[in-house]
Amino acid sequence: MSAIVLTVSIFIAQVLIALAMACATFRLLRGPSAQDRVLALDTVYVNAMLLMLTFGMRTESTLYFEAALVIAVLGFVSTAALAKFLLRGEVIE
Amino acid sequence: MSHAGQMPDWVALSTALLVLLGATLALIGSFGLLRLRSFYDRVHAPTMGTTLGVALVLVASMLLFSALESRPVLHEVLIGVFMILTTPVTFMLLMRAALHRDDLKDAAQVPRRSDSAAPPDHAAEPDS
Repeated sequence: MSAIVLTVSIFIAQVLIALAMACATFRLLRGPSAQDRVLALDTVYVNAMLLMLTFGMRTESTLYFEAALVIAVLGFVSTAALAKFLLRGEVIE
Repeated sequence: MSHAGQMPDWVALSTALLVLLGATLALIGSFGLLRLRSFYDRVHAPTMGTTLGVALVLVASMLLFSALESRPVLHEVLIGVFMILTTPVTFMLLMRAALHRDDLKDAAQVPRRSDSAAPPDHAAEPDS
């Protein structure tokens, strides 16, 4: 019984995170300024990391944890580089 | 779910509650990113998903894998510490970039501090 509750609630959580990714993707496509797009890209990265974690909980495999960690690191690096580019016009100066 | 029948009920139910709450917070944050009006409002919204949403999902994952493997599984703390350290850094960089770009384009859009004792230009911030 409780296993069914867990499976169903993880599935609902995946649907909610996918909706969150859709909201952020809409802002990424529409966003009036470049900083809006960078912010939306960071949100998409965080939501993808959450989706990876819920996939790992659903399949009971720790392989997805490494994918989530890599997505978190890449999200930080890409957002920092894009923000630096918006600030100065160059990433490394 | 192959081994899900072996875990106690309270672990499964609290994991379900935590993961639902975390996903709901992530959805609220992204919805705020979609609905709020200016960039300076929108930059507040996704932090709800990146702090408490991520933390709740990570606690749920730690609880589930600890119950499944009958030993404390704590490697999700790595993601938690990383997110807590990096999110303020990136958002502060992004805010400085937005202030700089709005100053160049249209200085009337930039929100000023409410006490008017400060000078209107950015003399107090030499490097912005």
